[in-house]
Amino acid sequence: MLFLVVSQIINGVVTGMIYALVGVGLTLILGVLNIPNFAHGVLFAFGAYILLSVLQVVGNFWLALLIAPFGVVLLGLLLELVGVRRLYTAHHDYQLLFLFAVALILQETIILIWGPIGTSVLPPAGLQGAVNLGLTVYPKYRLAVMGITAAIVAGTWLFLTRTNVGAIVRAGIENREMVAVLGIDIQKVFALTFGLGAWLAGVAGGLASPIMGLTPSMGFDILPIAFVIVVVAGLGSVPGAILAGILTGVAQSLTTIVFPEAANVVIYLLMGLMILVRPQGLFGKR
Amino acid sequence: MILTLTGVDAFYGLHHVLHGVSLEVRAGEIVALLGRNGAGKTTTLRTIMGLVDERRGVIDYDGVSLLGLRTHEITRRGLAYVPEYRGVFSDLTVAENLRIAALRARDWTIADVLELFPTLRTLQDRKGGHLSGGEQQMLAIGRALLSSPRVLLLDEPSQGLAPLIVETVIDTLRRLRGQGMGILLVEQNAETALELADRVCIIDQGSIVFRGAAESVQRQPEILSTYLAVG
Ligand SMILES: Nc1ncnc2c1ncn2[C@@H]1O[C@H](COP(=O)(O)OP(=O)(O)O)[C@@H](O)[C@H]1O
Ligand SMILES: [Mg+2]
Repeated sequence: MLFLVVSQIINGVVTGMIYALVGVGLTLILGVLNIPNFAHGVLFAFGAYILLSVLQVVGNFWLALLIAPFGVVLLGLLLELVGVRRLYTAHHDYQLLFLFAVALILQETIILIWGPIGTSVLPPAGLQGAVNLGLTVYPKYRLAVMGITAAIVAGTWLFLTRTNVGAIVRAGIENREMVAVLGIDIQKVFALTFGLGAWLAGVAGGLASPIMGLTPSMGFDILPIAFVIVVVAGLGSVPGAILAGILTGVAQSLTTIVFPEAANVVIYLLMGLMILVRPQGLFGKR
Repeated sequence: MILTLTGVDAFYGLHHVLHGVSLEVRAGEIVALLGRNGAGKTTTLRTIMGLVDERRGVIDYDGVSLLGLRTHEITRRGLAYVPEYRGVFSDLTVAENLRIAALRARDWTIADVLELFPTLRTLQDRKGGHLSGGEQQMLAIGRALLSSPRVLLLDEPSQGLAPLIVETVIDTLRRLRGQGMGILLVEQNAETALELADRVCIIDQGSIVFRGAAESVQRQPEILSTYLAVG
């Protein structure tokens, strides 16, 4: 039993870190652009599928993982440029409809390009198999994912807190208008934030593909989880999104031990509980 | 003349707020814009900065129209705006607040701002949200100066400040005027405004209803009671 619990906790942390990458991007986009990016899940899915195709060409997982997310960034920037940008001043409903439509179209595009049936990607050569951790035997690749996601999260945090551009992004979360008043082109800040969010979703999708597999619906599967994370985190809070991601992953995987059918329900319970007890979220101010 | 508004209308959505507002600000003068609550003072400043949904009429800065420009372009041309409640980023430190405003600093540098407001020097690592009202106002004005403006738009800078701090702000504005800056000052407190201003405009229900020299208003205080009295 202990063996099971320990490995499920680690599983939860690994999944949770992947959720955190998706959630941080969604939170940044929501915070800076004030847009609920319903296409965020499908960007995650494209991260996985583009990795699959790039991998077939270059033959090296790590190289593919380096390249694929930039395909997702291009896709994200295109969305921002042709759609989202025109809708900043429009009613919220239009943004919602646009992004939802885009998500559906992109999901169908995945089916057109890669087929309706799910597939999978093998972990990179050196990281197949498991390692003995004492309390439990654990897949090497998942441990590597934990390290990589931690590094990416730390890098994102350093960018936000230690650079001028990061400070502008944080300022934008607080007051977009005032950023423009200081002479900064807020449109560029929007594009950068959308690009960063897309990159994080793309990397997450690529890293997740050997663990979760690839299905055309994977974007719509992760989207509600990402929104739960944003709410639990507190709107616009990056540290909150990281913690909420891990919490969600662990809660999900621990529930799997006792009541597998409830694994997906438990995250909404978590959100409901948070709204009742602490409506502003873990780190939220408003 | 650096800034001229001629027959300016402004809208928030369908809400028509300004009706044919005309006013001007010259280099080295302070123009006070007075008016009751809801008269359209804040909207006038926001209209100049391109922060309303729609604006019509003529807004010229240095002979160039500001109408087609976006907010950050207007700032880069040489207008700075310190909004009501100051707009300091509460999650950023004082140093960060200054740094992101100084990315294209020219005439004014962060060092100049710290010289103007030495108090800010010791508060560099303090979050904007943890500053007192007076400290926030100094930071907001200092930050605005970093775009090296020739015209400064200030919305109720004395609001909620201790009298001593208000004096500091007044001294600063005098000093800036002395350096040739044009200042458009919105004030609730007519006394503070008259003490500072060269000229006065009074706005009511979105239209300018009085304009004249500050001295003439001081000589005929009934002007104020006519246009500013509540009711
Ligand atoms: N964002 C807004 N949307 C709609 N109406 C607004 C908005 N801001 C201000 N108004 C309206 O415009 C008028 C002028 O407001 P404002 O310029 O803030 O006045 P003042 O600064 O003189 O107190 C008021 O009637 C106010 O209700
Ligand atoms: Mg006002």
